[in-house]
Amino acid sequence: MGQLLAVVIDGLIYSSWLFIIAVGLTLIYGVMKILNIAHGSLYALGAYTAASLAGYWIKQGYPPMGSYAVMLLAAILVGLIAGPIIERGLLRFMYGKDEIVLVLVTYAVFLILEDFVKLAWGVDPYFIAEPYGLLGNFSVGRLTYPNYNLVVFGAAVFIGAVLAWVLTKTRQGKMLLAVIHDREMSGAMGINVGRVYFITFTVGAMLGALGGALTAPMISVQPGIGAETIVLAFAVVVIGGLGSLPGAALAAILVGLVRSAAVHYRPELDLFSIYLVMAVVLIVRPKGLFSAQEARKI
Amino acid sequence: MNTQILRILKSGAVLLVAALTASPVIGNAQDKPLRIGLVTFLSGPAAGPFGVPAKLAAEAIVDSLNAGKAPAPYTTKGFGGTPLELVVIDEAGGATKQVAELRNLVERQNVDFVIGYIGSGDCLAVAPVAEELKKITILFDCGTPRVFEDASYKYVFRTRPHATMDAVAGAMYLLENRPGMKSYAGINQNYAYGQDSWADFTAVMGTLKPDATITTSQMPKFGAGQYGPEISALLESNSDVVHSSLWGGDLEAFMLQATPRNLFARSQLILVAGEPYLHRLPGSIPDGTIVGARGPSGVYAQKSALNDWLRQIYKERGETYPNYPAYSVAQAFLGLKTAYEKAKSKGTPGTDEIIQAFEYESFDSPSGKVMMKLGKGHQAVTGTAYGTTRTVNGVITVGNIKYYPVERVQPPEGVKSIDWIKSGMKPGKW
Repeated sequence: MGQLLAVVIDGLIYSSWLFIIAVGLTLIYGVMKILNIAHGSLYALGAYTAASLAGYWIKQGYPPMGSYAVMLLAAILVGLIAGPIIERGLLRFMYGKDEIVLVLVTYAVFLILEDFVKLAWGVDPYFIAEPYGLLGNFSVGRLTYPNYNLVVFGAAVFIGAVLAWVLTKTRQGKMLLAVIHDREMSGAMGINVGRVYFITFTVGAMLGALGGALTAPMISVQPGIGAETIVLAFAVVVIGGLGSLPGAALAAILVGLVRSAAVHYRPELDLFSIYLVMAVVLIVRPKGLFSAQEARKI
Repeated sequence: MNTQILRILKSGAVLLVAALTASPVIGNAQDKPLRIGLVTFLSGPAAGPFGVPAKLAAEAIVDSLNAGKAPAPYTTKGFGGTPLELVVIDEAGGATKQVAELRNLVERQNVDFVIGYIGSGDCLAVAPVAEELKKITILFDCGTPRVFEDASYKYVFRTRPHATMDAVAGAMYLLENRPGMKSYAGINQNYAYGQDSWADFTAVMGTLKPDATITTSQMPKFGAGQYGPEISALLESNSDVVHSSLWGGDLEAFMLQATPRNLFARSQLILVAGEPYLHRLPGSIPDGTIVGARGPSGVYAQKSALNDWLRQIYKERGETYPNYPAYSVAQAFLGLKTAYEKAKSKGTPGTDEIIQAFEYESFDSPSGKVMMKLGKGHQAVTGTAYGTTRTVNGVITVGNIKYYPVERVQPPEGVKSIDWIKSGMKPGKW
């Protein structure tokens, strides 16, 4: 029973991290039909900026609790700067082109940003461990977890709830759904599609950066972290169905629980478990769990 | 007339065959530097603790050797008077990329020697290619014993001991200090080095402490980053000891995540490749952690003129003193220098002559005497050391250091590590 509980808790903690890193990717794909490989770099930029700013904050002797706000600010900054630069400066010239061209363009951006990270921060890792242990621990049976994990879990639930509310309950969200359904028709009906794209990409970038910022206290922030993350995020998005928010949430939970179970019961299957879920789901539903039905256009 | 033509043709053929089969001369012109391809991690998880210190050390060593400022017996400038020039390549990107990079180094960059490779997977991949390219390649840091135990190479050398000693000396040290331990768990990366390390450790424990039980073996993928479930599994296992060969960013992330969860308050931690992190993770490596460095390197290096030299030239470039990857790269340069100069002392140093000089050579290094005694003279052996961490004024130090001689921690020539361990680790004659 104790081990089963550990599987569930570990699985949910891992799922919430997976959801945060994947949700921006699926949002951008859902609206813009762009599989943004540069999402991994935005994650890395978020982690670096958070580690640098929060590190500076703590070094200056400011209240350590303020480091959480600094990390959030770092993610917003990265989103507000990198998002518009990539979307306005590059992607808007590519709209209407084949999806594979856009994948290659974002891959190029990913490579550029990977080198930018090395140029700006060097190759030595950054550590900002304080926020991870600052909130204390909670215990379940023999297991101890930092309360920071609850912050990540809460952030995932909050992000999911806000996005669901915006998409279903607000005017802007309905306009967004209209653009998702038919870009041309939405434009003809007066929706500023370019603006929707701009906002979506910026929010997506911000979510990617937030994933990095929240992860920074748990890892050594160093070149290459974006590449590892984009593979996982991509797996989650594909399992859930490209562009589906509920799909990303369910896929994150599924992957998190399966990986956690593998680690606890059959550690040798850990590496394989995520891709096993992916393979099984794609065999049963080739377009993912929540793939939308596509109307055939004449 | 015909006989004369035949004789000329015969002579020509003999000369042609001689020219084609002669070993190419390396570095004959005094003014033309010897180009050495240095392959080390400049990005990715292994860059900070391993790749960059190795690069810093290599640059410092090359400058010092070129200036003729190294202590005896390395006072000759460069290699036998010929200056050295580095061509540095990033090891990041995986084994396939490294194979392409090696071809590029040899065929387009025209390097004379290659010194490189920290990752065991990279070593296993490039060794056959170096053989095919007929280029002397020195593996300076990777650990898997499979390189020379599963194959035989003419052009490939490894100037650092292989990883079997990590497990053997680690288990000995553990049992000397915690003889009453009853159970142990492992967390190792799921690739060549991690798997070998765990297999060796469990085999040694099976020999030295057969009643100890294995509670769990966690094998996260290389670069996993998130270790929550693995830490829970280790906590659940309630083991007396946790063995780990994690390294690079993986070890750093694991320590950052495991320390607040009090894993090491319950279990004794042994980090077989932990030495490079001592100055990097203050507060995250708990006191009492058993730490290895695969050889008496880094904090375990004993005082000598060569050790003082390396520490000084490294400190002038970096903020800290050298860790063990810096000592590993020093062994590669000094081993090659010894072989090159020995070959040169007998005439023109061709590839074959350098190889002949390199095989079974012994040379001094900042971490003591290195002997090329395994793998038909292509694999180095040394003794090793282990110690226990203790934080003093916010700095992690190592105490209770114990040195293990080579015959206790390395299998003799011709015996596979795992067979030697399982047969009781009888000391060989060295």
